[in-house]
Amino acid sequence: MNIKPILIKNGRLIDPTQNLDSNKDILIENGLISKIGNNLIHSTAHKINAKGLIVSPGFIDLHCHLRDPGYESSETIKTGTAAAAAGGYTTICAMPNTNPPMDSKIAIKYVQEESKKNGYVNVLTIGAITKNRDGKELTPMVELAELGVVGFSDDGNPVYDANIMRQALNYSTITNTPIINHCEVLELSKGGLINEGPISTRLGVKGIPWAAESIMAYRDIQLSKLTGGKLHIAHVSTKATLDIIKDAKESGINVTCEVTPHHITLTENILLGKDKSGSEFTSLNLNSYDTNAKVKPPLRNITDVEAMINGIKNGVIDFIATDHAPHKFLSKNTTLENAEFGISNIETALSSALSLFHNSQISLDLIIEKLSSSPAKFLNTSDIGNLKKGSKADITIFDPNKIWTVNYNEFYSKGKNTPINGYKMKGKVIFTIVSGKIKFENSKIYD
Amino acid sequence: MTSEVKKHLLDIDCYSKEEILQILNNSKIMMEILNRRVKKVPTLRGKTIVTLFYEPSTRTRISFEQAGKILNADVINIATKESSSNKGESLLNTVLTIQSIKADIIIIRHPHAGAPYFLAKNSEVPIINAGDGSHAHPTQSLLDLYTIHNNSGQIDNLNIVMVGDILYSRVARSNILGLSTLGANITLCGPNTLIPQDFLHKQHLYKNITFEHSLKKAVKNADIIMPLRIQLERQSSGHLPNLQEYSKQWCITNDIVSLAKPSVKILHPGPMNEGIEISSEVAHGSKSLIQEQVTNGVAVRMAILYSMLNAESKMELER
Repeated sequence: MNIKPILIKNGRLIDPTQNLDSNKDILIENGLISKIGNNLIHSTAHKINAKGLIVSPGFIDLHCHLRDPGYESSETIKTGTAAAAAGGYTTICAMPNTNPPMDSKIAIKYVQEESKKNGYVNVLTIGAITKNRDGKELTPMVELAELGVVGFSDDGNPVYDANIMRQALNYSTITNTPIINHCEVLELSKGGLINEGPISTRLGVKGIPWAAESIMAYRDIQLSKLTGGKLHIAHVSTKATLDIIKDAKESGINVTCEVTPHHITLTENILLGKDKSGSEFTSLNLNSYDTNAKVKPPLRNITDVEAMINGIKNGVIDFIATDHAPHKFLSKNTTLENAEFGISNIETALSSALSLFHNSQISLDLIIEKLSSSPAKFLNTSDIGNLKKGSKADITIFDPNKIWTVNYNEFYSKGKNTPINGYKMKGKVIFTIVSGKIKFENSKIYD
Repeated sequence: MTSEVKKHLLDIDCYSKEEILQILNNSKIMMEILNRRVKKVPTLRGKTIVTLFYEPSTRTRISFEQAGKILNADVINIATKESSSNKGESLLNTVLTIQSIKADIIIIRHPHAGAPYFLAKNSEVPIINAGDGSHAHPTQSLLDLYTIHNNSGQIDNLNIVMVGDILYSRVARSNILGLSTLGANITLCGPNTLIPQDFLHKQHLYKNITFEHSLKKAVKNADIIMPLRIQLERQSSGHLPNLQEYSKQWCITNDIVSLAKPSVKILHPGPMNEGIEISSEVAHGSKSLIQEQVTNGVAVRMAILYSMLNAESKMELER
């Protein structure tokens, strides 16, 4: 390989896999981390002065929607991976709810090849559990796993039929690939737009009760126990679900889970038009019914958000995944009922997570762990998600204290659908290095 | 933001107590005009009112039309259907079109809660919410407040009982806000399945409300009883066993009325299902204010149009 070496000087290196947190230099040669130490010198290397910055293993997103193929007006592999690089992500996993869905060899190959050609970061694929994601017949899971699919999911839809879920969990043990379920009991969520509770009542919209999630999570855990299949619960949003997962983990069931940046930082109160506690609320305003805060699972209440933060702290939540869900203008510029579900957040994920560091709820190294090394562990890889000598030079450098304001016009993502537009954030990605190449530097993307 | 929201009438919560009382006061003047032999004043001459109704409605639409015409405004009525295939594109573009023809006010009814807020955000023209999904119906609430105030001389400390489908009722939501702002005590009554779960758990965002599922207990000491319309489809969605069971438990009959204060009055936002949520005897009996509500609705809507379209100029209501 003929890449110019990079020498990152004076950064604060944090790598949870080796309990590393110290000021060191790091040298990158041939796409790999070749040296870590003090006062490293290299005459020809491109030098990055990382003084005052955090040097972290590149972030890994196990759950994002690139919309390509089929919904290119919402996002493409090119724009989605540019957004990922801007957010500090070096590897992302594309969910299969594309058109056609990623339920066949040809669709998976398309995403893999298009990503190689036009992607700014590494893209891994998640295959559909069922053909057409309609919950009826399994996809050729062994064939797809041989192509490199890292998990299976019908995300966007739950695997509704308990028998199909059972068979999927059982069959997936052949390749030891996780089954990722979007837990939602559809009869309970039908017609629901936001969390069911005082806010949905006040807004006069149908709510989605918390039980819609935990009921299916419990079913899936029982099926995992029955089959031994590796179960991953996507985007956990309620305390009840977390309690069930905690019990399952304690009894040795093969289950993991993730949480999104919005479910650890935002409550349903944002739908009222301001993010204040419900009791102080007096009247609706023109910011009420923000369609950009319409997401599945819905933003929940403060008890749930606190439970999510606790889940990160006590390890019940394995990692943070974005569920980046870009949508085109008209999909959100309509009534709450007509708007699509989803938040474009891959470019704000780090800053959202860091807000929990800045208000002293979660340590910096734990945030980094949940963004990088824990997802790597889930992927069963030691090449990425750490800063060890010999590992791939996938590195994110960020300023934890930089103040900036979210402006969706500056997003690389085509999806401008963020409920935190105009929010002041603290902490921003400065460099994203993928396989030893700078892909993002100070708001600019590089090929 | 406050002033932006004040430009519109999206729900009654954008008014303070004083502002509500001002509208009720103005409505009294409008009522006098409405009762004239020649009921026409030039107040809103040269103003264009557009009613944009995405749901069928007779009484609210003709009430607004009548109010506008008495004040000499030009009224354009658009009745259309919400089409999910348009995904709201038409709603955004429709409001821009109406704005471009130089409408002075848009009155919208829409099956989706929050639709008037979406319009208000995208429109220079003031918006009046004439009913949005299960969320709000502020002009209905104001006419109910006027009717109660006109009848009882006050609203403060009155005992108001709302009966029925609170869960899906925009009239109930706006009335809870309006009545509690004016100091009434509100009792909600009905089957648990038609009361929001957070009311039952006392976690709601409203003031001055209590819940009582027994109608007989709820109406004790009532000054006003307001049955709400029961929609037939509540049966198929599992909210009700059947309408017979509902009317046995929650229909407002003369027997129920006799348990309330002797001075009790009955309101209903209409249209009524006589024999289901209210008996015909009560609906057309001496305690009913239901027809008065309809007339008051015109006066109240005149007052609203006047205050929104003619706020700066002096009130010119002389013949």
